[in-house]
Amino acid sequence: MSKVLVIAEHNGNHLNPSTARCLSCAAQLQAGPADVLVLGHGAEAVAREAAEVAGAGRVLLADQPAFAQPLAAMLAPAVAELARGYTHVLAPSTTFGKDLLPRVAALLGVPQVSEVMSVEGPRKFRRPTYAGNAIITVEVPDDLPVVATVRNASFKAAGKAAAVPVEAWTPTATAPTHTRYVELRSGGGDRPDLQTARAVISGGRGVGSAENFAVLYRLADRLGAAVGASRAAVDAGFVPNELQVGQTGKIIAPEVYFAFGISGAIQHLTGIKDAGTIVAVNKDGDAPIFEVADIGLVGDLFQVIPEIERRLG
Amino acid sequence: MDKIIVGLKRVVDYNVRIRVKPDGSGVATEGLKMSVNPFDEIALEEALRIRERGEAREVVVVSIGPEDCQQQLRTGLAMGADRAVHVPHDGDLEPLAVARILLGLVTREAADLVILGKQAIDDDCSQTGQMLAALWDRPQATFASKLETSGTTARVTREVDAGLEVIEVDLPAVVTTDLRLNEPRYVKLPDIMKAKKKPIESVTIASLGVDPAPRLRTLHHEPPAPRQKGVMVKDVDQLMGTLRERGVLG
Repeated sequence: MSKVLVIAEHNGNHLNPSTARCLSCAAQLQAGPADVLVLGHGAEAVAREAAEVAGAGRVLLADQPAFAQPLAAMLAPAVAELARGYTHVLAPSTTFGKDLLPRVAALLGVPQVSEVMSVEGPRKFRRPTYAGNAIITVEVPDDLPVVATVRNASFKAAGKAAAVPVEAWTPTATAPTHTRYVELRSGGGDRPDLQTARAVISGGRGVGSAENFAVLYRLADRLGAAVGASRAAVDAGFVPNELQVGQTGKIIAPEVYFAFGISGAIQHLTGIKDAGTIVAVNKDGDAPIFEVADIGLVGDLFQVIPEIERRLG
Repeated sequence: MDKIIVGLKRVVDYNVRIRVKPDGSGVATEGLKMSVNPFDEIALEEALRIRERGEAREVVVVSIGPEDCQQQLRTGLAMGADRAVHVPHDGDLEPLAVARILLGLVTREAADLVILGKQAIDDDCSQTGQMLAALWDRPQATFASKLETSGTTARVTREVDAGLEVIEVDLPAVVTTDLRLNEPRYVKLPDIMKAKKKPIESVTIASLGVDPAPRLRTLHHEPPAPRQKGVMVKDVDQLMGTLRERGVLG
């Protein structure tokens, strides 16, 4: 019989929404309610929150000082210890899950399936490769547990349900001392994060200079959007590396993506394919960006952006 | 520290559009431009900078795969690596097998630091560094955007979803690179000439006692669902109208 373990992600106070997405993936495995493991220190509130997510059958709370921070080296031995009693172990494909789960898989001596985007059977999954340009179907053989990370964008968060029991669980493994947490600095000030923003305003070589990017920042602030850039704009020194959108930069899926002066190199397009609506503004009507844009406008971004701002009132 | 090991994976160049074979059996890679995985190039750049600061003595590059991987090792040598190790293998390798092979090399070389890319841009697995660290029973610092070494420890800034996380790890350790860590140097012609004289050692998978057979079964490849054909608008009025119709601008 299948038995599913979901590793919860949280910040010490609140459950990360990615956990509810994992539980909705778990529900598709048709294995009944899943056990949810919360590793933390003083994380009872998180465990109670997890107990109210639909699809959870039981919450196991491993509460230890060593688990106060989400460090893979500290958490992995405990997860691997518990995982031995399960047929499936799932974690979100966030930086938390991507860091932790391969370490768990290696301790178990089994391969991992990364970024599950759909469940085709209890042991059969689809996942993206080549930055989403080739989707593969993989099957985990019967003699191995399924260890998989779940792609956030592919699953809706499971809803709320009546609370299930929270039980304390104490691992026998002792956490190592070779890894020490120092601090967490939150990113980019008031502007939303490129990875999670609802809207992204992006510029390419056509913006022309670092100074000209101010036009994009102004529009972004009006719309509460994040700012991104193509590799060409980064290579030209207009904006720092961290803004790069594309296969070697950030792969994003905002509700709306504005591409200003971006020609649309393949490696950029692979970074925005999952966006809800792609808007492209470029002087060159033959630019490849128009092949993927939902709404295209041939025009000069320095005229178009002020006109957009005027119409925003 | 004495020695840094860097992994270089041979992948389809980031700027090439790949195609799924019509029969779904795989991705057509024949004749495409191949390069060093971009994140691995960043890993090598970082290792070279550590050595150039006098904090390490030697940088060794490793590649696992077909004979052609030697091209990527030559690129690594031209960038400044001291020597190269090639582990020949034809066919697919899962990250767990790669981690086991690297463990053999890392143990043999008594490496103080292993720097790998955070993921390869072909299989996009993002597993190898973490798996190596687990098998080696050493610390891991994934998605690094800053790396400072001092004697027996390293302080690493990691790009995590919540911002920048700083951790300190004891060496030896495994670090995987994010894009922001550095900008790799360009290779100059004289360096390419010099690199031809540097040694590439060959080490077999068998001699490391690793079973390279994949455990997962890849059943099918398919291209992504195409996006719906878009519309062209004449002016900003039409643009704003279309955005509002779609409920995009609230």
